[in-house]
Amino acid sequence: MTDDITAAVDAALGRVEGAATLEAIEAISAETLGKKGVLAELKSTLSKVDDIEERKALGRALNQAFTAVGAAIDERRAQLVDEERSARVQAERLDLTEAMHQANRGHLHLVTQAWQELEDVFVGLGFTVAEGPEVETDWHNFEALNMGEGHPARGEFDTLFIGHDENERPGDSGLLLRTHTSPVQIRTMLESEPPIYIVAPGRVFRRDTPDATHMPVFHQIEGLVVDRNISMADLAGTIEAFTRAFFGEGFTSRLRPSYFPFTEPSAEFDIRRPDGSWLELGGCGMVHPEVLRAGGVDPEEWSGFAFGFGIDRMAVMRHGITDIRDMYVNDIRFIEQF
Amino acid sequence: MKVLLSWLNEFGPFADPTDAEAVDAVAADLTALGLAVEEVISTGSPVEGVVAARVLRVEQHPDAAKVRRVWVDAGDGEERHVWCGASNMAAGDVVPLATLGTTMPNGMTIERRGILGIDSEGMLCSAVELGIGEDHSGILLLDGDAELGASYAEVLGIQPDVIFDLDLTRNRPDCWSIAGVARDLAAWRSQPLSQVDGRFAANGDNRSIPVSIHSSACGRFTATVMSGVRVGSSPEWMARRLEALGMRSINNVVDVSNYVMLELGQPNHAYDLAAIGGGFSVRSARDGEKLTTLDDVERTCVPDDVLICDGNDVPVGLGGVMGGADSEISQSTSEVVLEIAWFAPLGIMKTASRHGLRSEASARYERGVDPLLAERAVQRFAELLSLTCPDLVVHAGGADERSSGMPDLSRSVVVRMSEVNRILGTDLKPGDIPSLLDPIGLTAVLNSDALEVSLPSWRPDVTSEVDVIEEIARHFGYEHIGRSVPKPTGHGHLSQMQIRRRRLREVLVGHGISEAMPNPIVAPDTMERAGVSGDTLRILNPLVADESALRLSLRPGLLTALAHNEHHRRSGVSLFEIGRVYPPTGDGLPSEHEVLGVVLAGRDAHAAVAVWREISAALGVGAMIDQSSTPDGMHATRSGVLRAGRDVIGGIGEIAPEVLEKFGVSERVAVLEIRIDGILSASRGSGSYRPINRMPSSDLDLAFVMSDDVAADRLERALRQAAAALLVDVNLFDTYRGRGVPEGHRSLAWRLRLQARDRNLTDADVADVKSACEAAAAKLGAELRS
Repeated sequence: MTDDITAAVDAALGRVEGAATLEAIEAISAETLGKKGVLAELKSTLSKVDDIEERKALGRALNQAFTAVGAAIDERRAQLVDEERSARVQAERLDLTEAMHQANRGHLHLVTQAWQELEDVFVGLGFTVAEGPEVETDWHNFEALNMGEGHPARGEFDTLFIGHDENERPGDSGLLLRTHTSPVQIRTMLESEPPIYIVAPGRVFRRDTPDATHMPVFHQIEGLVVDRNISMADLAGTIEAFTRAFFGEGFTSRLRPSYFPFTEPSAEFDIRRPDGSWLELGGCGMVHPEVLRAGGVDPEEWSGFAFGFGIDRMAVMRHGITDIRDMYVNDIRFIEQF
Repeated sequence: MKVLLSWLNEFGPFADPTDAEAVDAVAADLTALGLAVEEVISTGSPVEGVVAARVLRVEQHPDAAKVRRVWVDAGDGEERHVWCGASNMAAGDVVPLATLGTTMPNGMTIERRGILGIDSEGMLCSAVELGIGEDHSGILLLDGDAELGASYAEVLGIQPDVIFDLDLTRNRPDCWSIAGVARDLAAWRSQPLSQVDGRFAANGDNRSIPVSIHSSACGRFTATVMSGVRVGSSPEWMARRLEALGMRSINNVVDVSNYVMLELGQPNHAYDLAAIGGGFSVRSARDGEKLTTLDDVERTCVPDDVLICDGNDVPVGLGGVMGGADSEISQSTSEVVLEIAWFAPLGIMKTASRHGLRSEASARYERGVDPLLAERAVQRFAELLSLTCPDLVVHAGGADERSSGMPDLSRSVVVRMSEVNRILGTDLKPGDIPSLLDPIGLTAVLNSDALEVSLPSWRPDVTSEVDVIEEIARHFGYEHIGRSVPKPTGHGHLSQMQIRRRRLREVLVGHGISEAMPNPIVAPDTMERAGVSGDTLRILNPLVADESALRLSLRPGLLTALAHNEHHRRSGVSLFEIGRVYPPTGDGLPSEHEVLGVVLAGRDAHAAVAVWREISAALGVGAMIDQSSTPDGMHATRSGVLRAGRDVIGGIGEIAPEVLEKFGVSERVAVLEIRIDGILSASRGSGSYRPINRMPSSDLDLAFVMSDDVAADRLERALRQAAAALLVDVNLFDTYRGRGVPEGHRSLAWRLRLQARDRNLTDADVADVKSACEAAAAKLGAELRS
């Protein structure tokens, strides 16, 4: 019987070595180690061996046979699994550059990008963001900003007047498309109590023929601070802090005297580029006492500053856009560039 | 306004025009004062190679009638000939000759082959060609005694000079004159202001002239008679200065008048005494009254216009704007009456704008002329006119009438030092102020801790404490004000609404949709073309008629953008806009609100639904698609409204084919348009944690056959309710129409994932859900497909 065991093991090991597929391995496993396999059959004859010592010896030999064949099968099986996986990996080769391009990313408008970036800079400086309507009353857009009826400065705003019927006379309804974001100053002061630290980005309108540098519909951002003892030094410092934060190190700012009806003292603020050249950026000044009063704020108790500049121009400058009208044609070939 | 440096220097000196650094310093100082320098223009640098030459003889060109051959002597003993198209010179005249090789200001180089390609040994020049005037009617004639061969510039006394072109703000009427700019600049530089004008006192007998003012728009009217006038040409230097600042030299009287206006800022007018009927009256025009102004245009007036009339009540000038043609100075004038008046700014502004006539005078009056400048201006006028009229007599006893419209001349304002330092952030002491204000005519007197500041007549813009604070700041120097950053008590942040608006943009961009910004102002018929009904607000003074209505929908703008892209061979474009619409409400402000518009070219309505679902999930807001009504301008069978509760918040689906045709879009267009104010202000909830369910789950696939008349989402809602607590998710994974499914019906296959919170699912659980679903579906007429 020992010979039978040896023969069975040899036969099984020989077949395992020759097995080429997982199916073959599983067949060998069943036929050798299974319940009706060769070794199991030999095991069933053990009871017929009378000598207890011999029976024990045969039993050990059989167990060793199971172990040896089992190990050989496991090893071969693992080998075959590896080989099959390798073959599959080889077969599924892919040329990564063969992919067909499908543009699948949307793009924010350049004005939105500049708008959000400006908001973020001012939020970082401690401001919140206020909004207001685009169709405004004459009172909010002019009168409350120290430009009463007949004020000569009104003429400089090229206002678009609104009516309910095309036969109305401009100005009769008291409605207009806001010419600047400054009415948001008034609305904010009327709706909240100082201290006020806001910026108000928004769309504004002028009766202006479009050309490479002007659009009749464009965007501004306005800042307003009203607090105790706010001074022109605070204005200059805030403009400087903004300049560094938005444009980067190496950029500085200056204020020079100017005139706006709603601020006094008034200033233009210029940015000095690292190459030493100056760029006119916007207007600013200390909020005029009449404007504070119109906003329900006592100018003896509170003081404030305001500033404003164009958002579109920031985008134009940053990307070297030579014709601002291109931003508003909504040509996907333009939009996709940014 | 333009300022000539050499003229400014008479009050200074401020800078040598040939010293570029000094000139830059003046420009920087003017800018620091708020007199923004737009441009610095160098003038008077002579054109090298242009010399004085005497005309020897003039010959006619044999073939060309208008061309002459001119023989000239440039002082070197050589006879040269040049061909010339002008005919205003004769033998003996001295003219400027551009010799061969000269580069003219326009860049042209003089070559031997001149006019008509014929040999020419130079070119005779006009004033325009030399860049020294505007007269191009003929060759410039030089002084007959000039040294031949000398530079024309030397002969004419032309010196290098600099023009500063200033962009003056509305609050600085005092700087509409050389003297005013000089006053500010001298004060800034702490240097004395020189007095250029001598005093030309009246030296003749009394010649009174009756004047009456009947309009308060005219505050003051002075008239001074001068005799011994000889009308002729002006001195070269005066003509050159006027021309440098853009005025033509006319004759000595008109030139002096203009010179005084430019130098002192006082408009004035000299009439021929013989032509004014012995006196003046100033009154409102009668409606329709006519006057021909100096520019030979007949003006029809209205009562708001102020007329200056002669002794016979005949209009001789449009007050403060322009004189009349009939009383103009002529060659034979020997006696003039000089009018110097003061008009209220607003009236002049309206008159000038009504007549479309902005003159140098009206530009000054509408900003505000110093009402006390008359005496000085009369004397300066006489002083300058006497240079060409040695026998000039200024008669005493002229008129000086004032009306109730004359501005208050004794103005003062109290300025608190505490306010100065509060507004400027400075630490100025009362003693610092006089040196800043006195040189510009604001006299400050200390009165305990405040200053009593007297305001000069030339600063009508300065009326209040803060106006004076601005003047202090200007002359202290904005650059010397410190810099501090205020500390807000709150922290900076975006509002929830602004954060959600950004989130919305992220979702759309993440979905491959790009942002467009169409014009919210549209043509009046645009909304109708897009199928959108409703009245629009109108722009009453549109720049172009095509842009005169305020939109009610974002669709027209987005469709126009799609058409543009399609036209440029970019089909399949996806665009969105977040913008305002302006539906009118009664008389007041419109019900302006924010809307999201999405257009997906080449996609069907399901693509729009997919976008809406993304938004809905990302922002935690819900709305039902109701296809029982079609929004205006949308596809009749592929669109519906979005309802949030009872409110319709927008439309979803596809654009109606007829609208696509009108906008020139050939692709199918999926569309979503919703108002987002509610969506942005909705609170999202905190999104609290739900533990992951670790129990095993099971999928149940159910296909129902249902009529096309019933919306699929009704079945979905029914299935959700039926599966109740065991349902994790339900998804439509297949739809089928065709064989085996009755006409007008479709099969909808749903996969329900089921899971219990606290136990393993049993077959009985699944069977219960299935039968509940069947029953629910049956109520919608849907049958389980076997």
